[in-house]
Amino acid sequence: MARRIIIGDQEVNIPDKILKLGLIPLLLIGLVLWLLTGVYIVGPDEVGVVQTFGKYTRQAQSGLNYHFPFPFEKVQTPKVTEVKRIEIGFRTVGKNQWRTVSQESLMLTGDENIVDAEMIVQYKIKDPVAYSFNFVKPELTVREASEASLRTVIGRHNIDEALTAGKFMIQEETKSLLQSVLDKYSTGILVVAVQLQDVSPPKEVIAAFKDVASAKEDKNRMINQAQGYRNDVIPKARGEAQAQLREAEGFKEARISRAQGDVSKFNAMLKEYRKSKDVTKTRLYLETVEEVLAKADKIVVPDAEDSNVLNLLNLQTKGGNSQ
Amino acid sequence: MKRLLFSLVVIAMLFILTSVYIVDEREQVVVLQFGKPVKTVTTPGINVKLPFPFQELRTFDDRLLEYDSPPEEILSKDKKSLIIDNYVRWRINDPLTFLKTVQAIPTALSRLDDIVYSELRRELGTHDMVEIITENRELIMDKVTKESKTATSEYGIDVVDVRIKRVDLPKENEESIYARMDAERKRQANKFRSEGEEEAQKIRASTDKDKTIILADAYKNAQGIRGEGEAKALEIYAKSYDADPEFYEFVRTLDAYKNIIDEKTTLVLPAKSKLFELLMD
Repeated sequence: MARRIIIGDQEVNIPDKILKLGLIPLLLIGLVLWLLTGVYIVGPDEVGVVQTFGKYTRQAQSGLNYHFPFPFEKVQTPKVTEVKRIEIGFRTVGKNQWRTVSQESLMLTGDENIVDAEMIVQYKIKDPVAYSFNFVKPELTVREASEASLRTVIGRHNIDEALTAGKFMIQEETKSLLQSVLDKYSTGILVVAVQLQDVSPPKEVIAAFKDVASAKEDKNRMINQAQGYRNDVIPKARGEAQAQLREAEGFKEARISRAQGDVSKFNAMLKEYRKSKDVTKTRLYLETVEEVLAKADKIVVPDAEDSNVLNLLNLQTKGGNSQ
Repeated sequence: MKRLLFSLVVIAMLFILTSVYIVDEREQVVVLQFGKPVKTVTTPGINVKLPFPFQELRTFDDRLLEYDSPPEEILSKDKKSLIIDNYVRWRINDPLTFLKTVQAIPTALSRLDDIVYSELRRELGTHDMVEIITENRELIMDKVTKESKTATSEYGIDVVDVRIKRVDLPKENEESIYARMDAERKRQANKFRSEGEEEAQKIRASTDKDKTIILADAYKNAQGIRGEGEAKALEIYAKSYDADPEFYEFVRTLDAYKNIIDEKTTLVLPAKSKLFELLMD
């Protein structure tokens, strides 16, 4: 014998045996099941935050845990070791693909210029209790605070600092400002890192900025070329100077040697001359005349009166022709 | 009889259920007695009230709430137009007042927007654009937060932070900034190139100068050396020839003949000279 119960379209048979047991065992089973709903697992990267009658009472560590079932206690398990990441000024849309969000990335610098800055913020939960109970919309809160902090800090610097040397400083200032804002909101969030990805001039003026870089290179190139000219000219000039000095030294030595030569010849001749003055003198004279007259054209005129140059012109031409 | 007992149990249970209530960490409640607020509970835990329909609850969020107002165009003191995008962090710190004045969050947000916007507009109107962008930004935000806090307290709202997320310029102003940036960079590029030319010119000029000096120095030294040579030679000659100037003159004259007279020379010689005496006889 069984009792038939119709639930919707289904027909369920409840055996009499169970009915005979009465209400008590059913309630007991229900009680056990209810008590079992208090069993929960806290993952290795999580912390259990337990509330008793709505009030926070304790934290539970990783592993199997138990809390009194609803409505006495309830538990939340935020991931405390996970590092979350927020992108400012761009969004990763796929593997190695990004899309810039220009209304986020363009910002004013302290000297009223505009830069395009992209940033990544990494954060994690440092206080799970504060994180769970103190504020709404964690991601939005971090995003808005990050944007505000970055812009505030960029506003404190001028464009050249933002583009080059000041990058690290901006990063650190943004991080500390962001942390102080999040602490002010008692979020229980720890800013792990703030990384400025790319700070560049806006695309409208990027060509001009690049030209400055190439102008810098031009400057260096011009200087290097001039230096090259110097490196070429100065050693050559030194070489030439050395050559001139050597030549002069050579001249000096030669001049002295020649003088010494001449003198020693003269001295030798003088020595001979002193032995027999007249003979030597005559001999020298005749030797020279002989040598000299042997080479040259000669016209011998009989009388001194005839030695009129005009009379000799003809002869000279003849003589020239005959040679 | 049995049915009456069952009904009584059900009613009793309902009474208990509606008289016990839990206040969560994230919440705060106001207890209403026939619609009139009698108690505010902000500490979390279990509480007891008179059962329905004598007392009922209004629950409010106890956490820090957000409000992101839409970007607004605001004029600075120097009459420059700026697009300000700010956000607000606030909380309900007096749920009773909150309930009496604004009832619920949407109304609260529109009040908040009105107040924060007018405070922001007023405060920014007393600063030049440069101040808003740079150093004074944080001071301005602090001041607006403080003023808004005072103004919203009558609604049971505590403004924790008003923060300027973005300060941007309207499109046309942005373009003039780009034009200025462009001009600025061109000026810099020109400066670098001119400096390069200047430096290069300096180096070349000093090179040429150094070259001239080196060569002139060399000439000076070389001439000195030559002079020494000449002097030494003169000294040698003089010393030796002084022994017999007459003979020197004689020898030197003969040498001069050798040098002067060559193949092209025509000599007219009188036959009566000493050399030809014998020849003519």
